[in-house]
Amino acid sequence: MSVAAALLPTRRLEDYRYADLAALERIWPVAVEEIVVAPGEGGRLVLVPEGENVARHLAISLGAGASFDLRILNAGHAYGRVAIDVTIGEGASFTLGAAQVGGGEQMLELVTNVTHAGPDAQSRQVVRSVLSGHATGTYLGKVMVTRGADGTDGEQSVRAMLLDRTATANARPELEIYADDVKCAHGCAVGELDTQGLFYMASRGLPPEVAKRLMLQAFLAEAFVGAEAEEALNEAALAALEPLL
Amino acid sequence: MIMLKIENLQASVADKPILKGLSLTVNAGEIHAIMGPNGAGKSTTGYVLGGRPGYEVTGGTVSFDGPDGPVDLLSLDPHERAAAGLFLGFQYPVEIPGVSFVQFLREAANAQRKVRGAPPLSGGEFLKLAKEKAALLRMDMDMLKRPVNVGFSGGEKKRAEMVQMGILDPRLAILDETDSGLDIDALRICGEGINAIMRRPDKAVILITHYQRLLDYVKPDYVHVLAGGRIIRSGGAELALELEREGYEAVA
Repeated sequence: MSVAAALLPTRRLEDYRYADLAALERIWPVAVEEIVVAPGEGGRLVLVPEGENVARHLAISLGAGASFDLRILNAGHAYGRVAIDVTIGEGASFTLGAAQVGGGEQMLELVTNVTHAGPDAQSRQVVRSVLSGHATGTYLGKVMVTRGADGTDGEQSVRAMLLDRTATANARPELEIYADDVKCAHGCAVGELDTQGLFYMASRGLPPEVAKRLMLQAFLAEAFVGAEAEEALNEAALAALEPLL
Repeated sequence: MIMLKIENLQASVADKPILKGLSLTVNAGEIHAIMGPNGAGKSTTGYVLGGRPGYEVTGGTVSFDGPDGPVDLLSLDPHERAAAGLFLGFQYPVEIPGVSFVQFLREAANAQRKVRGAPPLSGGEFLKLAKEKAALLRMDMDMLKRPVNVGFSGGEKKRAEMVQMGILDPRLAILDETDSGLDIDALRICGEGINAIMRRPDKAVILITHYQRLLDYVKPDYVHVLAGGRIIRSGGAELALELEREGYEAVA
């Protein structure tokens, strides 16, 4: 580990703007976990970090025509941070589905830096957060399309649901494009549970906590659609939701 | 036997009085139609009885004959009213993304059964029941595997409301403009569905509607004219025809 890497970052660094530096200090330094997917190969990973205070940092490199499917459940930590750097080669495809579930004073953050280094590659990020109490959920996501990476298809869909007005969601999807013929979409929304939907469900006999659970489960499930471990992830997300209801 | 007794009901929405002394008694075995001009308080009546948040009762009482005898309906939460046997058919059924009808209705049916002390329906039992009620409304079972009301046409939503009513088997159904947005065939199918599910000596229906056409299929025992937040006239089925012919202003 180099000396520079061992230095605790400051908030002046964009990627650490909302980080809990006191918590981070206790677990610093954070080792970078490298994942290399060879050209034409496929890979997948389900990441469910564990621990009171936890930070993970993945660096993923996708060769030409490779694919990678990453699913993350970031829940239940006092401080939980996941940083993902991805470099995508020509014609490769990267999928991220992440759910963050927090209550109390919990602080959860997901920081992604996706670089389209070659043409005709795809990246798709779906991030869903459910936050209650005084919890904070952060998504900082940058998609960089380098010169020559024409035909890039990049998508970021970021939504957060606040169960209490005291909870906070930070969301910053970002695009930096230096190529032509690029399709990049990003959507970002922070909202509350649909009260009309809740009344509709109650009018059929569902108690409020059951109605909320059904709606939030469905909301988080959007992050896990198509995952090989879809069912297990949905169950884990439901378990993380329970204390918030 | 009295199913529902509304006495001098007053209610406001956003501090604006809408219901201003509504009284109505519905006996078991009866079908009542409430008609009236726009803004009379028809939908508000349904929402107040269903317990929708934001609809504030400022006076009056509502007694409902639940499974264990009469209860003060207004003291119950919306889901408790449903468990007691009240069904509210929505004029604009709400879409619930990501939650399938099958999952939603099984949870709802079992939540109601739990309150009544009945054992939960197994997956198989529920599907059999759902299939039967869907067939009654000529609805493809595959539609009930889709998210609640998402992507449904107006007519499909209304038929799905009737399927839900069939599955939940309420004592009293309040159907708010079930006929709006229906083509002629769907209107007949919904009308026949209401008769098949609710035309029974131990059940009752309140139909809220603008038009007489639904009443061709579901013959009401009583017709009431609601205007200015109260019932200003009551009569038999012939009153609906008179209204259709002469308009609310003339009749009221």
